[in-house]
Amino acid sequence: MKLRLNFSVNGESAEALVDPDKTLLEVLREDLQLTGTKHGCELGECGACAVLLDDQPVLSCLVVSHECEGRSVVTVEGLTVDGRLHPLQECFADLGASQCGYCTPGILIAAKALLDREPNPSRDLIREALSGNLCRCTGYQQILDAVEASIVRLGEGGDQK
Amino acid sequence: MMRLPSYRYRAPKTVQDAAAWLAESPGDTMLLAGGTDLIPNMKRRQQAPSTLVGLRGVTELAQVDDRDGLEIGAGVTLSALVHHDRVHARYPGLWQAVGQIATPLLRNMGTIGGNICLDTRCTYYDQSFEWRQAINFCMKKDGDTCWVATSSDKCLAVSSTDAAPALIALGATVRLVSATGTRDVALTDLYANDGMHYLTRRADEILTAVTLPRAEGWRSTYWKLRRRGSFDFPVAAVAAAARFDGDRIVEARIVLGAVASRPLEVLAAAARLAGQTLTDDLMASVADDAYTLAKPMDNTDFELVWRKKTVRSLVTSALRELRGDDMRAARTKLARHPLLVIS
Amino acid sequence: MTRPRNVIGKPRRRVDGRAKVTGQTKFADDIMLPRMLHCKLLRSTVPHAKIVRINTSKAAAVDGVALVLTGESFPIPYGILPVSHDEHALCPDVVRFVGDPVAAVVARDEATADRAVRLIDVEYETLRTFASPADSLAYPEPRIHDYGDFGNVHKAVALQFGDVDAAIAGADHVFDDTFFFEGNTHLPIEQHATVATKDPDGKLVVYSSTQTPHYLHRALSKALAIPAAHIRVVATPNGGGFGGKSDPFNHEVVVAHAAMRLDRPVKIALTREEVFYCHRGRHPVLMRFRAGVTNDGRVTGLDLQTLLDGGAYGSYGVASTFYTGALQTVTYDIPTYRFRGCRVFTNKPPCGPKRGHGTPQSRFGQEVQLDKIAEKLVIDPADLRLNIVQPPDSLTANFLRVGTIGLADCIKKVVERSGWREKYRKLPLGRGVGLACSSYLSGAGLPINWNDLPHSGVQLKLDRSGGVTVFCGATEIGQGSDDVLVGIVAEVLGIEPFDVRAVTGDTDLTPVDLGSYSSRVTLMMGNAAIQAAERARELIADGVSAKLDIPKSRLVFADRRVFDSEDPDKGTSFREAVCMAEAKFGTIGTTGSYTPPKSPAKFKGGGVGPSPTYSYTACVVEVDVDPETGWVTVPRVWIAHDIGCSLNPVLVRGQVEGGVYMGLGEALMEEQVFRRLPAKLSHALVHKFPSILEYKSPTFLDMPEVFTDLIEHPDPVGPFGAKEVGQGPLLPIMPAVANAVYDAVGVRIDSIPVTPEKILRALEAKAAGKAPRSGPGAFPEIPWPETLHVTPPWAGGDGRADNDPKRPTHRKVDAGIEAKAAGMTKEARS
Repeated sequence: MKLRLNFSVNGESAEALVDPDKTLLEVLREDLQLTGTKHGCELGECGACAVLLDDQPVLSCLVVSHECEGRSVVTVEGLTVDGRLHPLQECFADLGASQCGYCTPGILIAAKALLDREPNPSRDLIREALSGNLCRCTGYQQILDAVEASIVRLGEGGDQK
Repeated sequence: MMRLPSYRYRAPKTVQDAAAWLAESPGDTMLLAGGTDLIPNMKRRQQAPSTLVGLRGVTELAQVDDRDGLEIGAGVTLSALVHHDRVHARYPGLWQAVGQIATPLLRNMGTIGGNICLDTRCTYYDQSFEWRQAINFCMKKDGDTCWVATSSDKCLAVSSTDAAPALIALGATVRLVSATGTRDVALTDLYANDGMHYLTRRADEILTAVTLPRAEGWRSTYWKLRRRGSFDFPVAAVAAAARFDGDRIVEARIVLGAVASRPLEVLAAAARLAGQTLTDDLMASVADDAYTLAKPMDNTDFELVWRKKTVRSLVTSALRELRGDDMRAARTKLARHPLLVIS
Repeated sequence: MTRPRNVIGKPRRRVDGRAKVTGQTKFADDIMLPRMLHCKLLRSTVPHAKIVRINTSKAAAVDGVALVLTGESFPIPYGILPVSHDEHALCPDVVRFVGDPVAAVVARDEATADRAVRLIDVEYETLRTFASPADSLAYPEPRIHDYGDFGNVHKAVALQFGDVDAAIAGADHVFDDTFFFEGNTHLPIEQHATVATKDPDGKLVVYSSTQTPHYLHRALSKALAIPAAHIRVVATPNGGGFGGKSDPFNHEVVVAHAAMRLDRPVKIALTREEVFYCHRGRHPVLMRFRAGVTNDGRVTGLDLQTLLDGGAYGSYGVASTFYTGALQTVTYDIPTYRFRGCRVFTNKPPCGPKRGHGTPQSRFGQEVQLDKIAEKLVIDPADLRLNIVQPPDSLTANFLRVGTIGLADCIKKVVERSGWREKYRKLPLGRGVGLACSSYLSGAGLPINWNDLPHSGVQLKLDRSGGVTVFCGATEIGQGSDDVLVGIVAEVLGIEPFDVRAVTGDTDLTPVDLGSYSSRVTLMMGNAAIQAAERARELIADGVSAKLDIPKSRLVFADRRVFDSEDPDKGTSFREAVCMAEAKFGTIGTTGSYTPPKSPAKFKGGGVGPSPTYSYTACVVEVDVDPETGWVTVPRVWIAHDIGCSLNPVLVRGQVEGGVYMGLGEALMEEQVFRRLPAKLSHALVHKFPSILEYKSPTFLDMPEVFTDLIEHPDPVGPFGAKEVGQGPLLPIMPAVANAVYDAVGVRIDSIPVTPEKILRALEAKAAGKAPRSGPGAFPEIPWPETLHVTPPWAGGDGRADNDPKRPTHRKVDAGIEAKAAGMTKEARS
């Protein structure tokens, strides 16, 4: 029997009829075609599938679909507002923070959650906040640079609104 | 993609309902809290419960009561604890332990109850069904032999909880609730040194809360050894807590993590500390005791001989920190970052 | 050209940057097609066995299962190298490692396929388990493959350039060191995925996360017996490759077959564990370096032996074997050289090319040995190296043509930036610095399938819209090849990168490029792109010149305009200019292609190592070691890379830092290692931890600060002077770490990774008065084949082996060289 799921995805209400054994990751990618959320292990070991669940960054590969009912999910597709990229996205694109781009959605989610909570984090704090996301391309330096640059941009009122 | 086996999901609103549902068939019902341990295990078919009782909706499990000591609901997330001011201020050992569990994302999901009940780990066991099939399985699941030590008659999987050693050092008790009653036990008594039967919790019991006594006069610390600054379970760890009168210790507890199938108390050495000031010689003798007790096996990252040797250094670092030595540089090197908290 | 550049050399957002940060880049597993089925493979659970029987009936009976396949459906073998077509999509008769694919299920969804595949019953008859090169050398039978040089030796090679024994014997000092480099793997965050479908015309289309669509195209054609012209391979952007997606893989062949048979799209997405089984990563290599050295630190001769644990299949292994001995000579002047390499088969996932392909292992040995030489001779390791840097525009003893070489500049730069002179042997106990250098190819000089065809082709389409589309078979794996392609075209035509659309990695739509491996794309695709763009510029210039009456030689292409350099207001928009050309010539399309120059190395094995040009790198690593536990941290790394010209500095810096990161992972923690259960109890040989948790890769918290410098002396053979950067910067990191540990605590860690266990063991040995070292013992006796003797160029050699049976009797060479070569040959043989 399928599970009927009502929840909010990227600010819009979504209804889906899903295989009840699926995780949130599978529902997002396979039932809602939101393939921006990636997966590298499905065991909580890489961070690629991070999404915001009720504003908290979590690993969608470990969330059973039953527990999403009535909750709010934000994926990388939801970072763009009215066709404008989030300053994090702009800075990631400009400064080489995304090479192959596969870990990027998860890292953007974790970085957004950090900046939402702490608008002016130190480089050490950024490192710590992103330490649940593996990147195999960049060596992380340009990601840290991009997050720092986006802090400046956000501070200058350069948000999307 | 790794996928879950089929299961039935039930979502109680109260501990009472959860306990009643668990009691219906405790053998193949499991409790789902943060899911960070159970879901990967189910995907690897290490566990295949037919029913999951999801505790998310049981709001009474998500409370923290800090009026007298600290009572933490089992469903409180590790992140919530890390960001709890009183945990940081009064129980630094617990804060250091919880702040080093897994990753920030996993701490947003994982709960204190889940970490206390964390399944013991082993590199012969934390593998997919097909991998385990290739070694004809192991004693802990579907097989007969403990490949860690083929002559062993018990499973040698390793206790990998960071929170439990810290909590035991701080004198924690836990509450276990079943359909038939409630009991409080000292956290140390929740554990048995057996990789398969590592919890004395009955299959029909729910761990609902962990309680810490008041912290006045106590100092506490946690030192964790792992390969990387994030993600990794401990391969050796020490929690130490002591109540001081001036620079003299009144009572102390020292607990080792990840060197046995349970958190291991260094009882005799801790008893020797009572009434003493922490001299270098005394610390060395405690470290010797800990070294002797630690029995790491070849089933985690790193070589077991080296892990055992590092116990001395970890215990010494912990005691020095209790003494008041400035250990920040050493901790940053070991943890690979200064432990941080968002204010 | 004196005009300043608008695009090249400027830090820019990469052309595909927006797609990546919005999650819109379509990776293979993101492709969802109507009526798509899903495939799961059944993989062997035994390391080495004959397949007695397979019962698929239970799986086939599961509701929703469309097809169950076994080896019977795949009789034709394939493989990446023509000399080792030893793989079948599904094993027909023998399994060779835990993870070798045996059967496949195609079903309506992945969960159903997963359930069904578990119901397939395979009966095996186990064979001896070969867990190590020692096993494979000790037991020639049973053979893991019925081809190869002998027993379970896949390949053994022996090459000698000059009289190395005499050169070593005559040296002031002889250094004899053994080293070991453990295997490790690529660990791209994207797990391999493939979608195959039959297009409406009935032809096969395969979308795959492959670095080498051209080679996959060839392999599919062979394995499925379908003409290549009827197969379209589309390389989806790779979520990281690092060499791990360069072979044609079982799963690609299986879903291609299934899609053709079922006439429905079929997808497969591997699990992380399966990615570890695909592997093709770094070979574990045991090495012995014997070097003759003069009192002033010059190398008179080097005698290198390597033993590679190849795993269960050939893969790139023959090339990997030669690569362990190929590049020793391009960094330093080594007048005489002998290289002997041996690759054995074992029952483990096959090894192959990982970033640096075969060269990091022996680079590690060489650079650590140089550190030991410097120590013994009391010469600063930086000076020792500066004194022996290979000269520019030279031929090495093994006939590699070195053009520009910025190695000395790299060394000087990191020495200055790191404060080396104030730190080396001067820091307190527990802190140390180490220096190492390296070099890498800017593209392999020879193709995998030997032919005279271009290695890279580019087509350009321009039309009256003013838009430019560039087509090339090159594959975007994260390194930024699309950006390089677009940037070059935009620069040549004086337009913006946003005006150019790139179509890449599609065998139907794009001309062949051999793929994203051997750091070849920037140089080869780049040169082809310049040629195509310059040809287009010519046509446009003709059109504009005629129409506006401006001499062609005065036309400038810039700022989306074509104008008169002497009267910049006189000119037209780029769009109008294209129209003028289209009016004059008809439809505008141009092509460019690139073929590397022929190598002077004519001996057997000389095909591995030549490159149009080499990049160079030097680095200094600082470490902090706890003498009590061996715990090691790396606070800082300084690195300088000879890039020639940095086309987009943002991307170049990313490649350097990414290389440092991956090098530190290899240096400190990454290991692809295996469990052999007690032989009395079990045949089992399993990957120790095929998970991203237990295979340790550095996190945000494990990365030090990296200080990057780029040395930019444009290379005449590179596009705008550019050389490679994707692989070189990884190579010096591992030896620099080991050298730094020695500086910190005085022990030699002669095996990679440099772990705290090894450091502590060496410290304990040192305290006990034993050799302060952790590393391998003796190099084993290997029955080497007859050595091919090649006279080095400085002695007049012509690039052929003196004892090559196919050596032509009448050679067209300069008489003087002939005479010298003859003399040298006699000497070498006496």
